[in-house]
Amino acid sequence: MSEDDDRSPPSDPATKPPRPCAAGILASGSGGGGGVGGCGGGSTSVELFPAPFPDQVLENVLESVLCFLTCRRDRSAASLVCKSWYRAEALTRSELFIGNCYAVSPRRATARFTRVRSVAIKGKPRFADFNLMPHNWGAHFAPWVSTMAKAYPWLEKIYLKRMSVTDDDLALLADSFRNFKELVLVCCEGFSTTGLAVVANKCRQLRVLDLIESEVVDDDVDWISCFPANHTCLESLIFDCVECLINFEALERLVARSPSLKKLRVNRFLSMGQLYRLMIRAPQLTHLGTGSFGTVDGMILGDQEQDYAPAFAACKSLTCLSGFRETLPELLPAIYPVCANLTSLNFSYANINAEQLKPVIRHCHKLQTFWVLDSICDEGLQAVAAACKELRELRVFPIDAREDIEGPVSEVGLQAISEGCRKLQSILYFCQRMTNAAVMAMSKNCPDMVVFRLCIMGRRRPDHLTGQPMDEGFGAIVMNCKKLTRLAVSGLLTDRAFSYIGKYGKLVRTLSVAFAGDSDNGLKYVLEGCPKLQKLEIRDSPFGDAALRSGLHHYYNMRFLWMSSCKLTRQGCREVARAMPRLVVEVMDNEVDEGAIVEDEVEILYMYRSLEGPRDDAPKFVDIL
Amino acid sequence: MGFEETELRLGLPGNGGGGGGGGSHEGEMVMRKRGFSETESSDESADNNVDLKLNLSSKDQPKAQVVGWPPVRSFRKNMMAVQKSSTDESTEKAVSGGSAVFVKVSIDGAPYLRKVDLKMYKSYQDLSDALGKMFSSFSTIGNCGSQGMKDFMNESKLMDVLNGSDYVPTYEDKDGDWMLVGDVPWEMFVESCKRLRIMKGKEAVGLAPRAMEKCKNRS
Repeated sequence: MSEDDDRSPPSDPATKPPRPCAAGILASGSGGGGGVGGCGGGSTSVELFPAPFPDQVLENVLESVLCFLTCRRDRSAASLVCKSWYRAEALTRSELFIGNCYAVSPRRATARFTRVRSVAIKGKPRFADFNLMPHNWGAHFAPWVSTMAKAYPWLEKIYLKRMSVTDDDLALLADSFRNFKELVLVCCEGFSTTGLAVVANKCRQLRVLDLIESEVVDDDVDWISCFPANHTCLESLIFDCVECLINFEALERLVARSPSLKKLRVNRFLSMGQLYRLMIRAPQLTHLGTGSFGTVDGMILGDQEQDYAPAFAACKSLTCLSGFRETLPELLPAIYPVCANLTSLNFSYANINAEQLKPVIRHCHKLQTFWVLDSICDEGLQAVAAACKELRELRVFPIDAREDIEGPVSEVGLQAISEGCRKLQSILYFCQRMTNAAVMAMSKNCPDMVVFRLCIMGRRRPDHLTGQPMDEGFGAIVMNCKKLTRLAVSGLLTDRAFSYIGKYGKLVRTLSVAFAGDSDNGLKYVLEGCPKLQKLEIRDSPFGDAALRSGLHHYYNMRFLWMSSCKLTRQGCREVARAMPRLVVEVMDNEVDEGAIVEDEVEILYMYRSLEGPRDDAPKFVDIL
Repeated sequence: MGFEETELRLGLPGNGGGGGGGGSHEGEMVMRKRGFSETESSDESADNNVDLKLNLSSKDQPKAQVVGWPPVRSFRKNMMAVQKSSTDESTEKAVSGGSAVFVKVSIDGAPYLRKVDLKMYKSYQDLSDALGKMFSSFSTIGNCGSQGMKDFMNESKLMDVLNGSDYVPTYEDKDGDWMLVGDVPWEMFVESCKRLRIMKGKEAVGLAPRAMEKCKNRS
């Protein structure tokens, strides 16, 4: 922070002098200041505090109290009470969450919230992950970092998801925030190892550097060597997605001089032998990403006979294991010592079969999160169901992501999981065939389900035993899973399925639809029936302008709507844009699609509420109506 | 993408990676194998081929692969390919899918070098804009200004720039020669460029005659 900066950093509420009972003052004052949590004690405090400026006192008290509100929905509610609450809340909000980077401008956000220490920003919609959005669409971090550099010099944490981040942005970040502690980049792209080097080198207080599912360009820069040469504050270093060779010796030295390191996830270019050397230097790890868990480039690196189990056994606090990028199954016994303590296991890169899984999963009684490849087959899933009674989240990824092949998992695996893992809350399941019966069973056996995402990879596939559409299965999910907030549907679905969703999915916030429905009614049911709907992404479904119009009453409550390869026309989208001035309606073509482009037909519609109107960084191929 | 190339099929050759501009697109429009029909006197476009496959795909159209389906992120789709051929694929290919053209870009005086994927750009102008943004933070070229960077790719202004002390973009081509950027059509440049070096104008003077020579030989 420069010496010229006369703004004070946000004061730590813990150091504020204790106030007389806040509830007392507020209650006796306006008689109804909302359920402010009180301290025990009566309301005699008014006499104790004969304030000459009651408004100021009220605000100070409010600020003290509001510091305890962390949930952003509660904060938003508090800010709506009256102007002084709005001001007090704005002054005390230290964590800023921007769900859509284009919904508000950096200037507006930093003008309202002046004492922010932690920022989270989300950019592109999820379908961009699957190449449905043209390159260079936007979601640039640059305007945010340049505004925050001036507005929040004491910023400590940045979390970005699906943003475009450049090396220059990272350089500005490293230069501007003296007290910077945590950088988490999820599904981001646009930067290289050069940017990482600058952050490692200049952010001397850095505790967390997490790169998750991001694309990092290899600039031949040895960024690992750029961390401070003495003691570091590092607590978390995650770089399993970085597809670059790493200077191993430098990494080893870094781990040795980072006594606070708890989370380490290395990339696939580290062999088992190298991992071993890291582990023996860091037995305090709680989260470990194992890299290749095998060899690299076919080389054994001289450690073939080594027994790695003691290194794992020495990590007594290990609860979260991932990596396994090029697993040598014969090395798996090394992790047996830690299985009993694991709460999270990510095998989603490990090409192992049921027989190789069983001896591992058998021990994992405490497992709550499990990601795996369908190479384990239904039999492997049955083993999971038998062993993991505490399972809350399951993801089954396809080893071969094509359609029209014999898949290794099916309704048998899903049924088994539903019977064995009654506490299941979240599931993502890729398969080639499914039945309504299994989905219905899951809806009844797992009443705590919050996230249900089923992907039947063959488009429009019916129940493979009965030949019926999958309507009843998904209907049962929305009917029986009363806590459901996120749903992804697939398989052969008629408008009936959507009528179920509209009728029963009252808490659904996120809905994902592909190759489904018969007519406009499908979308109408959802838009008219789901009051909590915030994020709706649809592709290749026969919904047109009439359906789009049916959601006009709701679009301001939503974060975004995505519709690609549906039956929308430019005229229809234009009407929506005219009717709703605070909605930004973007229309574009996907440059990769080679199908004939019909005049007036809209290939991609992406629309979102915004306080700013059309953005000024839209590329040529985006039309804002 | 290695995975597709090793798959045996007699359909129409796939497009490979993205069309015009994308580096890492998965979109291929590939005709699937038609079962036993290839053994007949095959006219690939004939609809009268009897599909002797016994699976129950009841859909009328051939199941061409569709962009972004199934909804699995590219690094997972590439995973099997990467695991099989990690010895022979470079790390860049694993990220970008095989049709990218990464070249190193160095600029005299700057502490770091960069890599760019030439397939991301459609013209010299695009490349110039991107490089301008990339290197604009370095004070060594601060006096060059953004206008200078925009102009240097303009073929007609090359000679003006050479005479000054501005920066000049040069590249090493397949033959190992250092050439001035801009003397060949864009597509040819992408094919032949191995690395880029942005040098100080004075040092580039000697290149001009060679560039002209090569240009004459090619045309």
